[in-house]
Amino acid sequence: MRFGVVVFPGSNCDEDALYAAKDVFGQQAEYLWHKDEDLKGADVIILPGGFAHGDYLRTGAMARFSPVMNAVRAFVDRGGPVLGICNGFQVLLEAGLLPGAMLRNRSLKYQCEHVHLRVDATDTPFTSRARAGQMLHIPIGHGEGNYFAPPDQLAELEANRQIVLRYCDPSGQVNDASNPNGSVHSIASVCNRQRNVVGMMPHPERAIERLLGGEDGRVIFESILHSIESAREPAVARAV
Amino acid sequence: MIDSKVIEQHGLTSDEYQRIVARLGREPNLTELGIFSVMGSAHCSYKSSKVHLKTLPTRGPQVLQGPGENAGAVDIGEGLAAVFKIESHNHPSFIEPYQGAATGVGGIIRDIFTMGARPIALLNSLRFGSLETPGTPRLLAGVVAGIAGYGNSIGIPTVGGEIAFEPSYAGNPLVNVFCLGIARHADIIKGVASGAGNPVFYVGAKTGRDGIHGATMASAEFDEKSAEKRPAVQVGDPFMEKLLLEACLEVMQTDALVGIQDMGAAGLTCSTTEMGSRGGAGVEIDVSLVPQRETGMTPYEIMLSESQERMLLVAKRGREAEVERIFEKWDLHAERIGEVTDDGMLRVRSKGQVVAEIPNVVLTDEAPVYERPFSEPEYIRDVQKLDLDSLGHSPVGFAPQPGGQNAALLALLGSPTIASKHWVYRQYDHMVRTNTINFPGLGAGVVRIKGTDRALAMSLDGNGRYCYLDPYVGAMLAVAEAARNVACSGARPIGATNCLNFGNPERPGIMWQFARAVAGIGEACRALDVPITGGNVSLYNETDGKAIYPTPTIGVVGLLEHADRVLTRSFRESGDAIVLLGESKSELGASEYLKVMYDVVKGLPPRIDLDKERDLQRLVVSLADDRLIRSAHDCADGGLAITIAESCFDTAGLGAEISISGVSVAADRDLNDSAALFGESASRIVVSAAPDCLTNVLERAAAANVAARVIGQTGGNHLRIAVDGRVVVDLAVDQAQRTWSGAIEAHFARRVA
Repeated sequence: MRFGVVVFPGSNCDEDALYAAKDVFGQQAEYLWHKDEDLKGADVIILPGGFAHGDYLRTGAMARFSPVMNAVRAFVDRGGPVLGICNGFQVLLEAGLLPGAMLRNRSLKYQCEHVHLRVDATDTPFTSRARAGQMLHIPIGHGEGNYFAPPDQLAELEANRQIVLRYCDPSGQVNDASNPNGSVHSIASVCNRQRNVVGMMPHPERAIERLLGGEDGRVIFESILHSIESAREPAVARAV
Repeated sequence: MIDSKVIEQHGLTSDEYQRIVARLGREPNLTELGIFSVMGSAHCSYKSSKVHLKTLPTRGPQVLQGPGENAGAVDIGEGLAAVFKIESHNHPSFIEPYQGAATGVGGIIRDIFTMGARPIALLNSLRFGSLETPGTPRLLAGVVAGIAGYGNSIGIPTVGGEIAFEPSYAGNPLVNVFCLGIARHADIIKGVASGAGNPVFYVGAKTGRDGIHGATMASAEFDEKSAEKRPAVQVGDPFMEKLLLEACLEVMQTDALVGIQDMGAAGLTCSTTEMGSRGGAGVEIDVSLVPQRETGMTPYEIMLSESQERMLLVAKRGREAEVERIFEKWDLHAERIGEVTDDGMLRVRSKGQVVAEIPNVVLTDEAPVYERPFSEPEYIRDVQKLDLDSLGHSPVGFAPQPGGQNAALLALLGSPTIASKHWVYRQYDHMVRTNTINFPGLGAGVVRIKGTDRALAMSLDGNGRYCYLDPYVGAMLAVAEAARNVACSGARPIGATNCLNFGNPERPGIMWQFARAVAGIGEACRALDVPITGGNVSLYNETDGKAIYPTPTIGVVGLLEHADRVLTRSFRESGDAIVLLGESKSELGASEYLKVMYDVVKGLPPRIDLDKERDLQRLVVSLADDRLIRSAHDCADGGLAITIAESCFDTAGLGAEISISGVSVAADRDLNDSAALFGESASRIVVSAAPDCLTNVLERAAAANVAARVIGQTGGNHLRIAVDGRVVVDLAVDQAQRTWSGAIEAHFARRVA
């Protein structure tokens, strides 16, 4: 199966995502240059972390105008799975492919550290191999990961079970003390209504090898591999 | 137009000016004077330090590139090289902490990728005044945010570093930044201009008026007017540098490139002359072709600007289009501003008109070198005298009273120099590039090298207090500690870089500190077989005539053949044997203990036997390689008790039961206990080993001629230490860790409240 990793100027986790797909999970993977509209036949798209276009304006605000995003949008409309990690999540928000917005962390500082997460939705292509309520220990690294949505939108997200991951404490409790950045409802990850687009602030590609201190991020990649393999036949059928 | 006042403003003495006139055979014009000024300032030409630096060991079979290039390089096997260097950005960081530190990071990263290496790790070494001093928290917060802002954005992990707080740095903080990159041997590129007729390209940010005379500023002492120099500090743009980094590495993959150099200190002037001089060629440029951010800039300003994120490169004639295409891809524009000549001149034109014409050799090879006079300063005799019997009771109030060692341990754990730097490194992305296998705070920073089984460990160390009391021994201890930290991760030290931070070299006492420190570095690097491959000198670190502690910062890089054999400081399993490698001596002078508990900075730093140090390091590397030990942590600030406490931290509360022998430094028994716990004798490492490996560890130590003693066992949730059979420390690990981990953070919380 084929991963496409979008490279905006200023992306800096693009190599990490490609390495994860290619070297750790043994899949085909290609970079997709932001000026291109060709997704090179990718089965899944990753928008990696970084500081696209420097993010001097607002995180992701410029990246959404890149030509590649037209192709990504079309891919999403066809039901293709897209994962935005960290800056990729911020780009998806700015592009309107996911609901909500990002504010600065309530510490007003960049934070790089491991956090505990609880899987709340397993019916997305990126969490299908996780158990509901499963705990993950995965690093974050961001200055603007304080997820925000107005109350009515938040209610809708909850009602549609679009919240995929929440920050929690080591025992799985979701509370203010275990919320690293001030996100509403401790949201670490959301999906769109169609559930094929997932954005997450934590970096699963940083937790897929024991040498790096943990393997809890593997489940995200294993899920997408499984989803695509098992959906391959029906996907062809849908395209007809 | 050029009178004595103008000459003085350019930081030149009249002797230096006369030399220029003699070499040119005429009076220089203002542009030329500016060029001489920045090239001649100590920052660029090392005029005060050169004679001493020449004594450092710079060769070894592993050294691929020694000093003189943008960065040094050592062989790490499999055709790969580690390219690394350290640099200071002290003065700009005092004036504007965020931008000063950020541009320091930007500059050192450019030095590394200029060599054709992909930067993969950053470290930093910082010095501030006491955290209690008004202004220090602002400086610390600003510097850390600046380092984070640049490193995080460009996507190079900051994997370690060190910070110390001493009043002597209050008016002159130190910001030393280190970067390491990886290159294939064959891909290492030099900053050379050669081949007459080859085009010279300018690429990157536009040139503005920022940073003009930055290099001269960094060579003058501070006074109350320093704040006025703010416009001379540059502003960093990590996004631009990210584009430059990627584009330059891509250009380097073609063979269209002859040489490349970044425009750092002294900007276009330094890069054109140095490239020409290395290649034995001349460089001719037209400044009117240089992309400019502001209107009406004069040739003088363009040549001296220190605007950031700019590169100068020489391409092969006929290959211009290839080079231009790659830069266009990254939305950068490579502007052809001149060409290489064969006459050895730096020739600057403006709209065709020659505005400066100076032989390169006059600016580089023949730059003035001083043998500045030096003599032992008077303070040395005073401060080296320490009478522990007359210390009396600690003004801090709880030691050396009976039962006071618990309180002393907590006081040291909470001292900002020893306390956890979590508040700091949490702000640095230390995981990007997914190579970091030892996180900050656990010892040396360690990154694995993808595509191989190998990893590189790196550590920065320096102890200004030791060097203040004895610069020769202090500098040796800095080299030893950096190499020991690397060895404790399981890596064999293979190369070093140094950043020499001192006061005004025109004072014989400061020059003496410098000369003695360089001699000590040389001695230690030779003994430990870590050649110096480059570095940086920062002089004039003074405010209102008061110099900082002499502070050589040493960076050591080590190689782990097997990444998965890496070690951290933390104990792993309950029931493991705790072994002290090396000897505790009767030493308490110059210690963090005396400073924290008595506010005394006196005595002699610990003695060091470099042969024993080498044996110790080799032993610990071989023990790690054979998986005989599960943790290793060196004894430094705060001595053995702090080392053991830190080994208990981040283990979910794993305790230790320790029994050590007493030492004798004074008549008072409690003070002797303190010396046993907190004395900072050099060349000691605390390791832990599974019980079934213990015999093997002890035998290997005996064979290596390293003193080794089982001093206890891991287990429980308390840290208990007995001296000569009497339990003098008994603390819950939880409590100790809370004090240690919260000290710096609490300080900021208090200030906000």
